[in-house]
Amino acid sequence: MSSQNEFFLILGMMLVTFSTRYPVMLLLSRRPLPETFKQALGYVPPVVLSAIVVPEVFAPDGQVQVALSNNALVASLVAILISWRTKNLLATIIVGMAVYWLWGAFGF
Amino acid sequence: MQLSEIQPISNRRSEFWEGVKATFPLVIGAIPFGIIFGALATTSGLTAWAAQGMSLFVFAGSAQFIAAGLIAQGSSLLVIIVTTLIVNLRHVLYAATLAPHTKDLPQRWMLPLGFWLTDESFVVVIKRYLEDDASPYKHWFFLGSAVFMYTNWQLCTLVGIAAGGLIDDPLKWGLDFAMIVTFIGMLVPMVCDRSIGIAVFAAGVSSLLLRNMPNKLGLILSALIGLGVGMLVYQILGGNKKGNDVVSE
Repeated sequence: MSSQNEFFLILGMMLVTFSTRYPVMLLLSRRPLPETFKQALGYVPPVVLSAIVVPEVFAPDGQVQVALSNNALVASLVAILISWRTKNLLATIIVGMAVYWLWGAFGF
Repeated sequence: MQLSEIQPISNRRSEFWEGVKATFPLVIGAIPFGIIFGALATTSGLTAWAAQGMSLFVFAGSAQFIAAGLIAQGSSLLVIIVTTLIVNLRHVLYAATLAPHTKDLPQRWMLPLGFWLTDESFVVVIKRYLEDDASPYKHWFFLGSAVFMYTNWQLCTLVGIAAGGLIDDPLKWGLDFAMIVTFIGMLVPMVCDRSIGIAVFAAGVSSLLLRNMPNKLGLILSALIGLGVGMLVYQILGGNKKGNDVVSE
């Protein structure tokens, strides 16, 4: 990629990314949001995270793999259990990664 | 200097550091992701300057990641930029959610905080905003979280660029799973209400079914489906009020 293209690539990506962040905050700060809309926004964090995570866990290579050979699935189930019992994010990350690697190295 | 002038300053500082502290686990989760981006970007054909420049000026982890993949495939600039927009559409939802809390901030605050909005900072910051206390310095918490994520992202990109030549296939190491497990750790404690649980299930299933849609369009569509299902369930069954801090304002 030429350096001129790199410049326009970064400029373009910067503008579109920024447009999804600041202008929205600015516009919506001018007028109060309707109550129903506010209530709907409360669901945003969990549903977005779920939509990101689920395909990566159940279909890490594009094909759905519900099997013990899918170490992403095994590690995720362990991570859910740890997170549910402890609510400790760091513990969830460390144990989840450890299971992911160990299962991949020694598992099925 | 009077005591009344000192007090607010220490509150600002403590809010800032609380923001840093709350973001720490998320930074751990983002480290491998940033390193892989740096390594992938340079092997995909970007110069080191452009890879670092992208982290500095775009600052959007998953979009940068996908852009590196598209560059390697020789995609056109337009395709990469449109994809970036679609992948980042979820930030519209984040910004809209934060807007009622940030609406009175001066522009010199709103502009940088808007630029620094990420999945990770959003989750910790909205949690802080929804806490009951009337602290007037919650935006300092936001700042602490954002600055920490941003600084870490720059350093990780740099490490990845430097290591890029040494790692032949960065994805083979499975470091990208760190982001997934981080998001799981963020997601599970949010499910404290029946309607949220069902919304999460609906979003997850539809995202799995729609995963082959171009430009990750399935992600945003699934989020909207989950949101709609959650609202519907809430209307029909009513929320289980206990600990329902995500939905209630």
